[in-house]
Amino acid sequence: MEYIPNILFAIILVLGIGYFARNIKKLIRNIKLGREVDASDNKRERWSNMARIALGQSKMVKRPIAGFLHVIVYIGFVIINIEVLEIIIDGIFGTHRVGLKLLSPPVYGFLIDCFEILAVLVLISVIVFWLRRNVIKLKRFLSSEMKGWPKSDGNIILYFEVVLMCLFLLMNAADTSFQDMNYGNIITQFIAPWFEGMSESTLHTIERTAWWLHIIGILIFLNYLYFSKHLHILLAFPNTYYGSVQPKGKFDNLEAVTNEVKLMMDPNADPFAAAPEGAEDDFPAKFGASDVMDLDQIQLLNAYTCTECGRCTSACPANLTGKKLSPRKIMMDTRDRLEEVGKNIDANNGEFKDDGKQLLGDYITNEELWACTTCNACVEECPVSINPLSIILDMRRYLVMEQSAAPMELNNMMTNIENNGAPWPYNQMDRLNWADEK
Amino acid sequence: MSEELKVPTMAEMMAEGKQPEILFWVGSAGSYDDRAKKITKAFVKILNKANVDFAVLGTEESNTGDLAKRAGNEFLFQMQAMMNIEVLNAYEVKRIVTCDPHSYNCIKNEYPSLGGNYDIVHHTQFIKELMSSGRLTVEGNTYKGKRITFHDPCYLGRANSEYDAPRDVLRKTNANLVEMKRHKGTALCCGAGGAQMFKEPEKGDMDVNILRTQDALDTQPDIIATGCPYCNTMMSDGVKFKEKESEISVLDIAELIANS
Repeated sequence: MEYIPNILFAIILVLGIGYFARNIKKLIRNIKLGREVDASDNKRERWSNMARIALGQSKMVKRPIAGFLHVIVYIGFVIINIEVLEIIIDGIFGTHRVGLKLLSPPVYGFLIDCFEILAVLVLISVIVFWLRRNVIKLKRFLSSEMKGWPKSDGNIILYFEVVLMCLFLLMNAADTSFQDMNYGNIITQFIAPWFEGMSESTLHTIERTAWWLHIIGILIFLNYLYFSKHLHILLAFPNTYYGSVQPKGKFDNLEAVTNEVKLMMDPNADPFAAAPEGAEDDFPAKFGASDVMDLDQIQLLNAYTCTECGRCTSACPANLTGKKLSPRKIMMDTRDRLEEVGKNIDANNGEFKDDGKQLLGDYITNEELWACTTCNACVEECPVSINPLSIILDMRRYLVMEQSAAPMELNNMMTNIENNGAPWPYNQMDRLNWADEK
Repeated sequence: MSEELKVPTMAEMMAEGKQPEILFWVGSAGSYDDRAKKITKAFVKILNKANVDFAVLGTEESNTGDLAKRAGNEFLFQMQAMMNIEVLNAYEVKRIVTCDPHSYNCIKNEYPSLGGNYDIVHHTQFIKELMSSGRLTVEGNTYKGKRITFHDPCYLGRANSEYDAPRDVLRKTNANLVEMKRHKGTALCCGAGGAQMFKEPEKGDMDVNILRTQDALDTQPDIIATGCPYCNTMMSDGVKFKEKESEISVLDIAELIANS
């Protein structure tokens, strides 16, 4: 009977991690629905980007207040999680504060002191975050795409963090032997007196309850990630690794188009020649993107990584002047559609069954796509190297090359370029006239 | 322009068996747009003054295709690109300068994989180079103490991380350089990029160029400096909209240097 808590703990742990692993597998499968993309270049720069941008939070602090608070929560999250290691060992082996068996009380105490201080700092930061979202009402948290679930999601995460931090402090405060040791209770020594007069066994029950709820809470939070915008705590790392290492102005040249154009411009090409062996397979089903499967895997990873902070949207010239386009919404729509496709595949034994919907039109409208100035402000702003612009461009490509659905003025402009090499209807032979004009 | 501009073409150069030091890529706006042509001419004036051995393609130049690409028409872009690359390679062009950040970005980043490899610089980078090598000096004090604010073109700044060259050049005029709240990496677009120049904006509560002009007006400038023909048009329109055109001029850096 004495092993029941250990066994129970092991079962909860396996269930918690197992369900999370299952969803991560699903996430990887969904990302792989996208086109393959070669990112095996510039390994050094990619690792350095990851270290700087994700690990080092270099872009977060561009906005000092949010950046500073985020760094606290981030460091707190990483460091306090060392404590989870002890909790897991204690849980499985039925030990109590196994760290004390390995470290001397002052050293162990120093570690827990750090955790406690961080826990309080995290609590304060999280409360400020909540106030920014719900009381100060910063504009970027109020956009139309932030209504309903995205808004609750943001708050739920904050509540989770408050509860977890409180449980951690409560667990330490109610641990009499830990308090008696008088090392590591830099904060909780002030909470412990609240329990004065309680019996030893009551205190023990409080401590155990807090301990169990803390670890169960962490496992629930871990599993909540997949359903939330909070995946960035994991995906920021691969996402900054796979983020572009090219100048932001460089847009990819579609290879399939290059082949076509070369053939068109080759005076020796035989227009009636049969396609060479295998050429048929190389040809893409369509140009540009109308649905998530047409996007590449990095773009889909981008969608799962987005934590909906809205820095992109708050810097977007179109959005700032009241247009419908919001780069954040582009990322949220892409993820929502990808999830929908994933669920469709789950429901149909691993095959996608046409649901008559697509990213273009059902999620993202032409009006949004045409409002983009391709200025790269959203790309510059993103603290985790997401590129909403590349999705916008791929969808424009579909509109223009597959549907000829560009706005009329743009069609005129392109016809002019085709006819006379300039966006206006001027004669090519007049191109040097400026040199003689007074 | 009072003095005669010397604008040799590549064809003339080739006929004389000469290879110029640099090719001046004029671009569509610089060739046809009335406002942008003034920038083109100002830059040629600088090239002439610094005795730069340059040439233009003239009637052999065609649109880079940048506009088409950003509008989503990859076919048209690549056709334009390959046509231009054929001409540039035939003339064995090595180095290019342009006043248009869109052409600069497109030729620098998107031509190489199609077979066009050139060392291309933006005119502000080239002017800076001429100044630091002593080939070009600013003599007058036309702009001494004047408040000048520089509007970063997206395709020079964010797209290619060049923020310093235009500012270094402007400092040489002894002007008082003032920055907008949004500048360099956080600079707001003028509203013309991504082929927006050629269409009506989508429904909203303001045009982008008005918002950007307000950014500039907040610095109380005498001059708004630009480095892109499209930005110049957008900011000029913005200043007119705000009815400030009698107090504030919108000038390209090439014009500022040519007049100084």
